Amino acid sequence: MPDGASALQLVFGGDPALYGIVALSLYVSLSAVILAALVALPFGAFLALTHFPGRTFVVVVINAFMGLPPVVVGLAVYLLLSRSGPLGFLGILFTPKAMIVAQALLVVPIVAALTRQVIEDLWVEYREELTALRVTPSRRVATLIWDARFSLVTTLLAGFGRAAAEVGTVMIVGGNIDGFTRTMTTAIALETSKGDLPLAMGLGLVLIILIIAVNALAWGARRVGEIRAG
Amino acid sequence: MRAPVTDLPLAFENASLRAGDVEIVSNLELDIAPGAPTILLGPNGSGKSTLLRLAMGLVQPTSGGVTWGGRNEPGERLAMMFQRPVMLRRSAAANVAYALGKHDKRVGELLAQAGLAALADRPARKLSGGEQQRLALARALARDPEILFLDEPTASLDPAATKAVEDIVSAVASSGVKIVMATHDIGQARRLAGDIVFLARGRLIERADAAGFFTSPATPEATAFLRGDLVI
Repeated sequence: MPDGASALQLVFGGDPALYGIVALSLYVSLSAVILAALVALPFGAFLALTHFPGRTFVVVVINAFMGLPPVVVGLAVYLLLSRSGPLGFLGILFTPKAMIVAQALLVVPIVAALTRQVIEDLWVEYREELTALRVTPSRRVATLIWDARFSLVTTLLAGFGRAAAEVGTVMIVGGNIDGFTRTMTTAIALETSKGDLPLAMGLGLVLIILIIAVNALAWGARRVGEIRAG
Repeated sequence: MRAPVTDLPLAFENASLRAGDVEIVSNLELDIAPGAPTILLGPNGSGKSTLLRLAMGLVQPTSGGVTWGGRNEPGERLAMMFQRPVMLRRSAAANVAYALGKHDKRVGELLAQAGLAALADRPARKLSGGEQQRLALARALARDPEILFLDEPTASLDPAATKAVEDIVSAVASSGVKIVMATHDIGQARRLAGDIVFLARGRLIERADAAGFFTSPATPEATAFLRGDLVI
């Protein structure tokens, strides 16, 4: 991005560097949410439907981890992926893959905790009906996730919000490498540190518009689905 | 083809269910045999719904027992329709297919039996109250039940919708399915019952064939209930 360029010039001038950053930000955050959802949706539903010793402790920890400090997660992932770390052989530190993993770790507790609550509430409504239909436990999980899908969209959006707004973790594990691991948030942090506040604010505006656009798309899809499915 | 294992007779052996200090069902001794519909009649709060849940195996008695065909575990061919059935968030046809475990021509047959063939693709939650009750009935029938438990299936329906549900219940009973239905509607009990189990305050007050019960009830509680008095 050229120094001194205004945010409007960047957005409407077709600056390829900016579009690259936007594309990478969306790719990393959406991938992280998808990855987290694959783990957290069934895990949250499992927590909602099962009782085992220590369950309350797990629920409390998952809820507490919704406020997990990003820099701590970033540091942990950095140590795991660094050359001397246990997963150093993967060679993904300072790549978008490491950023996706780190963001997914931040998103998992949010999606799992909110999913548990949504599914637990729905289970109160569905319990007798599904029990009378002799539905197996694994099918119960699938059924409740499917029937709660519109509420779970909001859960995933909360996760996306966390991922898209995150800066500390991706800075640590991505390195903010120009043209490779630079995202909207790390670019804003960089421009702010360089004193180019108008550009930083402009980038921030673009980020907010992006988040609103993704949420609007998801909300629209939810409404259409609700109208069709009842 | 019927499985050789049967859940009839369904027997309550001194069964009680307590919730805290409240005894919801007390020392119930009752046999339910194959044949015409058995109607559980009684005022609200008499324990009818709890009896059905015990019979379905959804709750366990806190003392005494329930047996199904002499076994301590219920079989697979029991089905229940609740007073307020939960409609799964999918089409009417998909609700039936869900209970069947597959989507084949039987889905269409069950929807037709319930008079819902034209509404197969309609979201189940957008059906009217009466249509939802009939869909719940179709879903219960998808389990090919030997015993079908119905908990106040027409409690909130208008007369036309009530008749539609009762017609299906009668047809199902004629096909050999044992119907066990809870209701507080005396007229409905008269229309459908083969025999009556009259409950009040969680206790079995009277058991009689329908004709005898309505012409000459044997207990003061049943007499008062049929007269329209409050049975507390």
